[in-house]
Amino acid sequence: MEKLVGTDKVKRGMAQMQKGGVIMDVVNAEQAKIAEAAGAVAVMALERVPSDIRAAGGVARMANPRVIEEVMNAVSIPVMAKARIGHIVEARVLEAMGVDYIDESEVLTPADDEFHILKSEFTVPFVCGCRDLGEAARRIGEGAAMLRTKGEPGTGNIVEAVRHIRKVNAQVRKVVNMNDDELMTEAKNLGAPFEVLKQIKEAGRLPVVNFAAGGVATPADAALMMELGADGVFVGSGIFKSETPEKFASAIVQATTYYQDYDLIAKLSKDLGTPMKGIEISTLAAEERMQERGW
Amino acid sequence: MSDLTIGVLGLQGAVEEHVKQVESLGIHAIIVKRPSQLNEIDGLIFPGGESTTMRKLINQYGFFEPLIQFSKEQKPIFGTCAGMVLLAKELEGSEVVHLGLMDIVVKRNAFGRQRESFEADLEVAGFDSPFHAVFIRAPYIKKVGGGVEVLAEVDGHIVAARQGHLLTTAFHPELTEDSRFLELFVEMVKESKTKTFQKA
Repeated sequence: MEKLVGTDKVKRGMAQMQKGGVIMDVVNAEQAKIAEAAGAVAVMALERVPSDIRAAGGVARMANPRVIEEVMNAVSIPVMAKARIGHIVEARVLEAMGVDYIDESEVLTPADDEFHILKSEFTVPFVCGCRDLGEAARRIGEGAAMLRTKGEPGTGNIVEAVRHIRKVNAQVRKVVNMNDDELMTEAKNLGAPFEVLKQIKEAGRLPVVNFAAGGVATPADAALMMELGADGVFVGSGIFKSETPEKFASAIVQATTYYQDYDLIAKLSKDLGTPMKGIEISTLAAEERMQERGW
Repeated sequence: MSDLTIGVLGLQGAVEEHVKQVESLGIHAIIVKRPSQLNEIDGLIFPGGESTTMRKLINQYGFFEPLIQFSKEQKPIFGTCAGMVLLAKELEGSEVVHLGLMDIVVKRNAFGRQRESFEADLEVAGFDSPFHAVFIRAPYIKKVGGGVEVLAEVDGHIVAARQGHLLTTAFHPELTEDSRFLELFVEMVKESKTKTFQKA
Protein backbone atom coordinates (compact mmCIF):
# COMPACT_ATOMS: atom_id res chain seq x y z
CA MET A 1 0.00 0.00 0.00
CA GLU A 2 1.34 3.42 -0.93
CA LYS A 3 1.67 5.75 2.04
CA LEU A 4 2.10 9.49 1.57
CA VAL A 5 3.96 11.09 4.48
CA GLY A 6 4.58 14.76 5.26
CA THR A 7 1.58 16.02 3.25
CA ASP A 8 -0.16 19.30 4.14
CA LYS A 9 -3.13 17.21 5.24
CA VAL A 10 -1.22 15.19 7.84
CA LYS A 11 0.78 18.21 9.01
CA ARG A 12 -2.22 20.51 9.39
CA GLY A 13 -4.38 17.64 10.59
CA MET A 14 -2.02 16.98 13.48
CA ALA A 15 -2.66 20.55 14.69
CA GLN A 16 -6.41 20.07 14.23
CA MET A 17 -6.23 17.19 16.70
CA GLN A 18 -4.74 19.59 19.28
CA LYS A 19 -7.68 22.00 19.12
CA GLY A 20 -9.37 22.99 22.33
CA GLY A 21 -6.27 21.91 24.20
CA VAL A 22 -3.32 23.31 26.12
CA ILE A 23 0.31 22.84 25.09
CA MET A 24 2.68 23.26 28.01
CA ASP A 25 6.37 24.20 28.20
CA VAL A 26 8.43 21.67 30.17
CA VAL A 27 12.14 21.40 30.92
CA ASN A 28 12.43 17.78 32.10
CA ALA A 29 10.67 14.41 32.29
CA GLU A 30 9.12 15.13 35.67
CA GLN A 31 7.42 18.30 34.44
CA ALA A 32 6.32 16.50 31.25
CA LYS A 33 4.57 13.86 33.36
CA ILE A 34 2.84 16.54 35.43
CA ALA A 35 1.66 18.23 32.24
CA GLU A 36 0.38 14.96 30.75
CA ALA A 37 -1.41 14.00 33.97
CA ALA A 38 -3.09 17.40 34.05
CA GLY A 39 -4.48 16.85 30.55
CA ALA A 40 -2.06 18.75 28.30
CA VAL A 41 -2.51 17.84 24.61
CA ALA A 42 1.24 18.18 23.99
CA VAL A 43 4.39 19.38 25.68
CA MET A 44 7.07 21.75 24.39
CA ALA A 45 10.49 20.47 25.48
CA LEU A 46 12.84 23.31 26.37
CA GLU A 47 16.03 23.85 28.29
CA ARG A 48 14.53 26.87 30.06
CA VAL A 49 11.03 28.36 30.14
CA PRO A 50 10.81 31.84 28.55
CA SER A 51 10.94 33.78 31.83
CA ASP A 52 14.23 32.04 32.67
CA ILE A 53 15.55 32.67 29.15
CA ARG A 54 14.74 36.32 29.74
CA ALA A 55 16.50 36.30 33.13
CA ALA A 56 19.56 34.39 31.90
CA GLY A 57 20.20 36.60 28.87
CA GLY A 58 22.84 35.54 26.33
CA VAL A 59 22.03 33.41 23.30
CA ALA A 60 19.07 31.03 23.61
CA ARG A 61 19.41 27.94 21.39
CA MET A 62 17.63 24.66 20.64
CA ALA A 63 17.43 22.54 23.82
CA ASN A 64 20.01 19.87 24.48
CA PRO A 65 18.81 16.73 22.61
CA ARG A 66 19.22 14.83 25.88
CA VAL A 67 16.49 16.94 27.49
CA ILE A 68 14.22 16.44 24.48
CA GLU A 69 14.84 12.70 24.42
CA GLU A 70 14.11 12.45 28.14
CA VAL A 71 10.78 14.22 27.62
CA MET A 72 9.92 12.04 24.58
CA ASN A 73 10.54 8.92 26.65
CA ALA A 74 8.47 10.18 29.57
CA VAL A 75 5.10 10.81 27.88
CA SER A 76 2.79 9.36 25.22
CA ILE A 77 1.33 12.72 24.14
CA PRO A 78 3.05 14.60 21.28
CA VAL A 79 6.34 16.37 22.00
CA MET A 80 7.22 19.66 20.36
CA ALA A 81 10.57 21.46 20.48
CA LYS A 82 11.88 24.86 19.45
CA ALA A 83 14.45 25.71 16.78
CA ARG A 84 15.88 29.19 16.27
CA ILE A 85 14.35 31.26 13.47
CA GLY A 86 16.18 30.34 10.27
CA HIS A 87 18.25 27.59 11.88
CA ILE A 88 17.77 24.87 9.28
CA VAL A 89 20.10 22.43 11.01
CA GLU A 90 18.54 22.68 14.46
CA ALA A 91 15.23 21.93 12.73
CA ARG A 92 16.68 18.96 10.83
CA VAL A 93 18.16 17.60 14.07
CA LEU A 94 14.77 17.84 15.80
CA GLU A 95 13.14 16.12 12.82
CA ALA A 96 15.75 13.35 12.90
CA MET A 97 15.03 12.80 16.61
CA GLY A 98 11.34 12.23 15.83
CA VAL A 99 9.99 15.35 17.53
CA ASP A 100 6.29 15.63 16.57
CA TYR A 101 6.16 19.37 15.87
CA ILE A 102 8.85 22.04 15.55
CA ASP A 103 8.30 25.59 16.78
CA GLU A 104 10.42 28.02 14.76
CA SER A 105 10.40 30.37 17.66
CA GLU A 106 11.16 33.96 18.50
CA VAL A 107 11.66 32.88 22.11
CA LEU A 108 15.10 31.67 21.03
CA THR A 109 17.73 34.03 19.63
CA PRO A 110 17.24 34.17 15.84
CA ALA A 111 19.91 32.46 13.74
CA ASP A 112 18.91 34.36 10.60
CA ASP A 113 17.69 37.95 10.75
CA GLU A 114 16.37 37.96 7.21
CA PHE A 115 14.93 34.56 6.29
CA HIS A 116 12.81 31.88 7.91
CA ILE A 117 13.12 28.13 7.34
CA LEU A 118 11.43 26.77 4.19
CA LYS A 119 9.17 24.54 6.21
CA SER A 120 7.45 22.92 3.24
CA GLU A 121 10.68 20.94 2.64
CA PHE A 122 10.31 19.02 5.91
CA THR A 123 8.29 15.92 6.78
CA VAL A 124 7.74 17.12 10.33
CA PRO A 125 5.19 19.96 10.74
CA PHE A 126 6.04 23.44 12.03
CA VAL A 127 4.28 26.01 14.18
CA CYS A 128 5.27 29.68 13.89
CA GLY A 129 4.37 32.89 15.67
CA CYS A 130 2.57 35.86 14.12
CA ARG A 131 1.49 39.35 15.14
CA ASP A 132 -0.60 40.17 12.09
CA LEU A 133 -2.06 38.52 9.01
CA GLY A 134 0.93 39.43 6.83
CA GLU A 135 3.28 37.54 9.11
CA ALA A 136 0.77 34.67 9.46
CA ALA A 137 0.35 34.35 5.69
CA ARG A 138 4.11 34.49 5.04
CA ARG A 139 4.66 31.66 7.49
CA ILE A 140 1.87 29.63 5.86
CA GLY A 141 3.47 30.38 2.50
CA GLU A 142 6.74 28.92 3.80
CA GLY A 143 4.89 25.79 4.90
CA ALA A 144 3.91 26.35 8.55
CA ALA A 145 1.09 23.91 9.40
CA MET A 146 0.02 25.72 12.57
CA LEU A 147 0.21 29.27 13.86
CA ARG A 148 0.27 30.85 17.25
CA THR A 149 -0.43 34.51 17.71
CA LYS A 150 2.50 35.94 19.63
CA GLY A 151 2.28 37.44 23.05
CA GLU A 152 5.29 38.66 24.94
CA PRO A 153 6.81 35.40 26.20
CA GLY A 154 7.87 34.96 29.80
CA THR A 155 6.05 38.03 31.07
CA GLY A 156 2.85 36.54 32.48
CA ASN A 157 1.19 39.56 30.88
CA ILE A 158 -1.65 38.79 28.45
CA VAL A 159 -1.90 42.21 26.81
CA GLU A 160 0.29 41.46 23.78
CA ALA A 161 -1.41 38.12 23.10
CA VAL A 162 -4.78 39.87 23.16
CA ARG A 163 -3.58 42.62 20.84
CA HIS A 164 -2.28 40.15 18.27
CA ILE A 165 -5.14 37.67 18.20
CA ARG A 166 -7.58 40.56 17.81
CA LYS A 167 -5.49 41.99 15.02
CA VAL A 168 -5.11 38.72 13.10
CA ASN A 169 -8.81 37.89 13.42
CA ALA A 170 -9.88 41.39 12.38
CA GLN A 171 -7.65 41.15 9.32
CA VAL A 172 -9.03 37.69 8.48
CA ARG A 173 -12.59 39.04 8.70
CA LYS A 174 -11.65 41.89 6.40
CA VAL A 175 -10.18 39.54 3.79
CA VAL A 176 -13.18 37.20 3.96
CA ASN A 177 -15.51 40.12 3.23
CA MET A 178 -13.45 41.61 0.43
CA ASN A 179 -14.24 41.42 -3.25
CA ASP A 180 -11.92 39.24 -5.32
CA ASP A 181 -10.60 42.25 -7.20
CA GLU A 182 -9.42 43.84 -3.94
CA LEU A 183 -7.34 40.90 -2.76
CA MET A 184 -4.13 41.61 -4.68
CA THR A 185 -3.77 45.10 -3.24
CA GLU A 186 -4.51 43.73 0.22
CA ALA A 187 -1.77 41.14 -0.35
CA LYS A 188 0.62 43.95 -1.26
CA ASN A 189 -0.37 46.03 1.76
CA LEU A 190 -0.06 43.14 4.20
CA GLY A 191 3.08 41.66 2.66
CA ALA A 192 1.10 38.44 2.36
CA PRO A 193 1.19 35.83 -0.42
CA PHE A 194 -1.85 36.36 -2.67
CA GLU A 195 -2.58 32.62 -2.83
CA VAL A 196 -2.85 32.36 0.95
CA LEU A 197 -5.29 35.28 1.09
CA LYS A 198 -7.39 33.59 -1.59
CA GLN A 199 -7.52 30.43 0.51
CA ILE A 200 -8.57 32.47 3.56
CA LYS A 201 -11.33 34.16 1.62
CA GLU A 202 -12.63 30.85 0.27
CA ALA A 203 -12.47 28.99 3.59
CA GLY A 204 -13.72 31.90 5.68
CA ARG A 205 -10.87 31.33 8.12
CA LEU A 206 -7.12 30.74 8.31
CA PRO A 207 -6.22 27.52 6.50
CA VAL A 208 -4.33 26.28 9.57
CA VAL A 209 -5.08 26.03 13.27
CA ASN A 210 -4.18 29.13 15.28
CA PHE A 211 -3.35 28.90 18.98
CA ALA A 212 -2.66 31.79 21.34
CA ALA A 213 0.67 32.07 23.12
CA GLY A 214 2.75 34.30 25.30
CA GLY A 215 1.64 35.70 28.64
CA VAL A 216 -1.03 33.19 29.69
CA ALA A 217 -0.72 32.95 33.49
CA THR A 218 -4.20 32.07 34.84
CA PRO A 219 -7.26 29.96 33.88
CA ALA A 220 -9.08 33.22 33.08
CA ASP A 221 -6.26 34.23 30.69
CA ALA A 222 -6.59 30.92 28.84
CA ALA A 223 -10.39 31.29 28.66
CA LEU A 224 -9.98 34.85 27.37
CA MET A 225 -7.87 33.65 24.48
CA MET A 226 -10.50 31.03 23.59
CA GLU A 227 -13.21 33.69 23.83
CA LEU A 228 -11.25 35.81 21.36
CA GLY A 229 -11.21 32.94 18.86
CA ALA A 230 -8.01 31.01 19.55
CA ASP A 231 -8.18 27.30 18.64
CA GLY A 232 -6.17 26.43 21.77
CA VAL A 233 -3.50 27.78 24.08
CA PHE A 234 0.24 27.51 24.63
CA VAL A 235 1.34 28.09 28.21
CA GLY A 236 5.01 28.72 28.78
CA SER A 237 6.23 30.00 32.10
CA GLY A 238 2.69 30.29 33.51
CA ILE A 239 2.57 26.73 34.84
CA PHE A 240 5.94 25.82 36.24
CA LYS A 241 6.65 29.36 37.49
CA SER A 242 3.42 29.36 39.50
CA GLU A 243 3.19 28.35 43.15
CA THR A 244 1.28 25.10 42.43
CA PRO A 245 2.08 23.78 38.92
CA GLU A 246 -0.18 20.69 39.12
CA LYS A 247 -3.17 22.80 40.08
CA PHE A 248 -2.46 25.54 37.55
CA ALA A 249 -1.97 22.99 34.77
CA SER A 250 -5.24 21.19 35.48
CA ALA A 251 -7.23 24.40 36.01
CA ILE A 252 -5.95 25.91 32.75
CA VAL A 253 -6.90 22.73 30.82
CA GLN A 254 -10.43 22.81 32.26
CA ALA A 255 -10.85 26.55 31.69
CA THR A 256 -9.81 26.08 28.04
CA THR A 257 -12.50 23.44 27.43
CA TYR A 258 -15.21 25.26 29.42
CA TYR A 259 -14.13 28.80 28.57
CA GLN A 260 -17.64 30.23 28.76
CA ASP A 261 -18.54 28.63 32.11
CA TYR A 262 -17.70 31.52 34.41
CA ASP A 263 -18.91 29.87 37.64
CA LEU A 264 -16.53 27.04 36.88
CA ILE A 265 -13.61 29.38 36.16
CA ALA A 266 -14.29 31.14 39.46
CA LYS A 267 -14.23 27.79 41.26
CA LEU A 268 -11.07 26.67 39.45
CA SER A 269 -9.31 29.91 40.34
CA LYS A 270 -10.05 29.86 44.09
CA ASP A 271 -7.38 27.62 45.54
CA LEU A 272 -4.58 27.99 43.08
CA GLY A 273 -2.08 30.01 45.08
CA THR A 274 0.00 32.66 43.40
CA PRO A 275 0.46 32.79 39.63
CA MET A 276 3.84 33.71 38.15
CA LYS A 277 4.80 37.25 39.03
CA GLY A 278 4.68 38.91 35.63
CA ILE A 279 6.23 41.93 33.97
CA GLU A 280 4.64 45.16 32.76
CA ILE A 281 5.47 45.36 29.05
CA SER A 282 6.44 49.06 29.07
CA THR A 283 9.29 48.25 31.48
CA LEU A 284 10.90 46.04 28.81
CA ALA A 285 13.47 47.75 26.59
CA ALA A 286 12.79 47.37 22.88
CA GLU A 287 15.65 44.89 22.48
CA GLU A 288 14.17 42.72 25.24
CA ARG A 289 10.91 42.20 23.34
CA MET A 290 10.88 38.78 21.73
CA GLN A 291 7.68 39.33 19.74
CA GLU A 292 9.42 41.62 17.27
CA ARG A 293 11.63 38.79 16.06
CA GLY A 294 10.26 37.33 12.81
CA TRP A 295 10.32 38.82 9.32
CA MET B 1 -33.81 17.35 7.27
CA SER B 2 -34.08 14.16 9.30
CA ASP B 3 -35.22 14.07 12.91
CA LEU B 4 -31.92 12.58 14.07
CA THR B 5 -29.52 14.40 16.35
CA ILE B 6 -25.89 13.35 16.46
CA GLY B 7 -23.61 14.57 19.25
CA VAL B 8 -19.87 15.14 19.03
CA LEU B 9 -18.02 14.82 22.33
CA GLY B 10 -16.71 18.37 22.74
CA LEU B 11 -14.01 18.06 25.39
CA GLN B 12 -11.05 18.49 23.04
CA GLY B 13 -9.96 17.73 19.49
CA ALA B 14 -11.34 17.98 15.95
CA VAL B 15 -14.91 18.65 17.12
CA GLU B 16 -15.90 21.29 14.59
CA GLU B 17 -14.73 19.10 11.67
CA HIS B 18 -17.13 16.31 12.67
CA VAL B 19 -19.98 18.75 13.29
CA LYS B 20 -19.53 20.18 9.79
CA GLN B 21 -19.52 16.75 8.19
CA VAL B 22 -22.68 15.71 10.07
CA GLU B 23 -24.40 18.94 9.05
CA SER B 24 -23.33 18.44 5.43
CA LEU B 25 -25.60 15.37 5.40
CA GLY B 26 -28.51 17.54 6.54
CA ILE B 27 -28.44 16.07 10.05
CA HIS B 28 -28.63 18.09 13.23
CA ALA B 29 -25.37 18.05 15.24
CA ILE B 30 -24.65 19.25 18.76
CA ILE B 31 -21.40 19.61 20.69
CA VAL B 32 -21.65 17.58 23.89
CA LYS B 33 -19.90 19.25 26.81
CA ARG B 34 -22.11 18.02 29.66
CA PRO B 35 -23.38 14.49 30.42
CA SER B 36 -27.01 15.70 30.50
CA GLN B 37 -26.75 16.43 26.76
CA LEU B 38 -26.45 12.68 26.08
CA ASN B 39 -30.23 12.52 26.57
CA GLU B 40 -30.73 14.82 23.58
CA ILE B 41 -28.85 12.72 21.03
CA ASP B 42 -29.39 9.51 19.06
CA GLY B 43 -25.73 8.76 18.38
CA LEU B 44 -22.35 10.03 19.60
CA ILE B 45 -19.02 10.65 17.88
CA PHE B 46 -15.71 10.60 19.78
CA PRO B 47 -13.51 12.92 17.71
CA GLY B 48 -9.79 12.71 17.08
CA GLY B 49 -7.63 14.46 19.62
CA GLU B 50 -5.60 13.40 22.63
CA SER B 51 -7.16 10.44 24.42
CA THR B 52 -5.37 11.21 27.72
CA THR B 53 -6.81 14.75 27.74
CA MET B 54 -10.32 13.55 26.91
CA ARG B 55 -10.18 10.81 29.54
CA LYS B 56 -9.08 13.30 32.19
CA LEU B 57 -12.08 15.52 31.40
CA ILE B 58 -14.45 12.52 31.13
CA ASN B 59 -13.63 11.77 34.76
CA GLN B 60 -13.64 15.36 35.99
CA TYR B 61 -17.00 16.20 34.43
CA GLY B 62 -18.91 13.02 35.34
CA PHE B 63 -19.06 11.53 31.84
CA PHE B 64 -17.81 8.05 32.66
CA GLU B 65 -20.96 6.28 33.88
CA PRO B 66 -23.34 8.15 31.55
CA LEU B 67 -21.23 7.08 28.55
CA ILE B 68 -21.31 3.43 29.67
CA GLN B 69 -25.08 3.77 30.10
CA PHE B 70 -25.44 5.38 26.65
CA SER B 71 -23.74 2.34 25.12
CA LYS B 72 -25.80 -0.11 27.24
CA GLU B 73 -28.92 1.38 25.69
CA GLN B 74 -27.46 0.30 22.32
CA LYS B 75 -27.15 3.88 21.17
CA PRO B 76 -24.45 4.03 18.46
CA ILE B 77 -20.99 5.44 19.12
CA PHE B 78 -18.40 6.23 16.43
CA GLY B 79 -14.84 6.55 17.71
CA THR B 80 -12.21 8.07 15.42
CA CYS B 81 -8.49 7.77 16.27
CA ALA B 82 -8.41 8.88 19.94
CA GLY B 83 -12.00 7.65 20.00
CA MET B 84 -10.77 4.14 19.15
CA VAL B 85 -8.44 4.32 22.15
CA LEU B 86 -11.34 5.40 24.38
CA LEU B 87 -13.56 2.52 23.17
CA ALA B 88 -11.01 -0.29 23.51
CA LYS B 89 -11.32 -2.91 26.23
CA GLU B 90 -7.53 -3.21 26.33
CA LEU B 91 -4.57 -1.01 25.39
CA GLU B 92 -1.41 -2.86 24.51
CA GLY B 93 1.45 -2.33 26.95
CA SER B 94 -0.71 -0.39 29.38
CA GLU B 95 -2.70 -1.02 32.53
CA VAL B 96 -5.02 1.80 31.57
CA VAL B 97 -8.44 1.03 30.12
CA HIS B 98 -10.75 3.90 29.27
CA LEU B 99 -14.38 3.03 28.55
CA GLY B 100 -13.70 -0.60 27.63
CA LEU B 101 -16.84 -0.83 25.50
CA MET B 102 -15.53 -2.57 22.41
CA ASP B 103 -13.93 -6.00 22.26
CA ILE B 104 -10.68 -4.84 20.66
CA VAL B 105 -7.04 -4.63 21.79
CA VAL B 106 -5.58 -1.36 20.57
CA LYS B 107 -2.00 -0.24 20.17
CA ARG B 108 -1.54 3.52 20.56
CA ASN B 109 0.66 5.57 18.20
CA ALA B 110 1.08 2.26 16.41
CA PHE B 111 2.51 3.55 13.13
CA GLY B 112 5.11 5.76 14.86
CA ARG B 113 5.48 9.42 15.63
CA GLN B 114 4.14 12.38 13.62
CA ARG B 115 6.77 12.11 10.87
CA GLU B 116 5.34 8.64 10.11
CA SER B 117 1.77 9.98 9.83
CA PHE B 118 0.38 9.28 6.36
CA GLU B 119 -2.42 9.29 3.82
CA ALA B 120 -3.41 6.13 1.94
CA ASP B 121 -6.21 4.61 -0.15
CA LEU B 122 -7.97 1.81 1.72
CA GLU B 123 -10.10 -1.07 0.58
CA VAL B 124 -13.11 -1.03 2.88
CA ALA B 125 -15.56 -3.92 3.27
CA GLY B 126 -18.87 -2.84 1.76
CA PHE B 127 -17.48 0.18 -0.14
CA ASP B 128 -17.28 -0.17 -3.91
CA SER B 129 -14.24 2.09 -4.31
CA PRO B 130 -11.19 2.87 -2.13
CA PHE B 131 -11.51 5.30 0.77
CA HIS B 132 -8.81 7.95 1.05
CA ALA B 133 -7.79 7.95 4.71
CA VAL B 134 -5.65 10.31 6.82
CA PHE B 135 -3.70 8.69 9.67
CA ILE B 136 -2.22 10.97 12.33
CA ARG B 137 -0.13 9.35 15.08
CA ALA B 138 -2.77 6.69 14.60
CA PRO B 139 -3.50 3.59 16.64
CA TYR B 140 -4.41 0.23 15.15
CA ILE B 141 -6.33 -2.79 16.38
CA LYS B 142 -4.08 -5.71 17.35
CA LYS B 143 -6.81 -8.19 18.16
CA VAL B 144 -10.57 -8.39 17.88
CA GLY B 145 -13.02 -10.51 19.84
CA GLY B 146 -15.92 -12.49 18.41
CA GLY B 147 -18.68 -10.31 17.02
CA VAL B 148 -16.28 -7.65 15.78
CA GLU B 149 -16.40 -7.16 12.05
CA VAL B 150 -13.13 -6.00 10.46
CA LEU B 151 -13.77 -3.29 7.85
CA ALA B 152 -10.29 -2.23 6.70
CA GLU B 153 -6.61 -2.99 7.14
CA VAL B 154 -3.25 -1.31 6.46
CA ASP B 155 -0.33 -3.70 5.95
CA GLY B 156 -2.22 -6.42 7.80
CA HIS B 157 -3.19 -4.17 10.72
CA ILE B 158 -6.86 -3.51 11.43
CA VAL B 159 -7.78 0.17 11.10
CA ALA B 160 -11.59 0.10 10.92
CA ALA B 161 -14.10 -2.18 12.64
CA ARG B 162 -17.68 -2.51 13.79
CA GLN B 163 -19.21 -4.34 16.73
CA GLY B 164 -22.99 -3.99 16.78
CA HIS B 165 -23.74 -0.38 17.65
CA LEU B 166 -20.04 0.58 17.88
CA LEU B 167 -18.01 1.80 14.90
CA THR B 168 -14.36 2.80 14.95
CA THR B 169 -11.62 4.02 12.63
CA ALA B 170 -7.93 4.61 13.35
CA PHE B 171 -7.96 7.38 10.73
CA HIS B 172 -9.83 10.67 10.40
CA PRO B 173 -12.85 10.57 8.07
CA GLU B 174 -13.65 14.11 9.26
CA LEU B 175 -10.56 15.46 7.47
CA THR B 176 -11.66 14.40 3.99
CA GLU B 177 -14.71 15.16 1.85
CA ASP B 178 -15.67 11.48 1.59
CA SER B 179 -18.55 10.98 4.03
CA ARG B 180 -19.13 7.25 3.51
CA PHE B 181 -18.04 6.26 7.03
CA LEU B 182 -20.29 8.89 8.52
CA GLU B 183 -23.15 7.70 6.30
CA LEU B 184 -22.58 4.17 7.58
CA PHE B 185 -22.77 5.51 11.12
CA VAL B 186 -25.93 7.46 10.34
CA GLU B 187 -27.52 4.21 9.09
CA MET B 188 -26.58 2.58 12.41
CA VAL B 189 -28.18 5.49 14.29
CA LYS B 190 -31.35 5.28 12.20
CA GLU B 191 -31.59 1.53 12.81
CA SER B 192 -31.10 1.95 16.53
CA LYS B 193 -33.70 4.67 16.71
CA THR B 194 -36.27 2.57 14.84
CA LYS B 195 -35.65 -0.34 17.23
CA THR B 196 -36.05 1.88 20.30
CA PHE B 197 -39.24 3.30 18.80
CA GLN B 198 -40.66 -0.18 18.14
CA LYS B 199 -39.88 -1.25 21.71
CA ALA B 200 -41.63 1.81 23.09
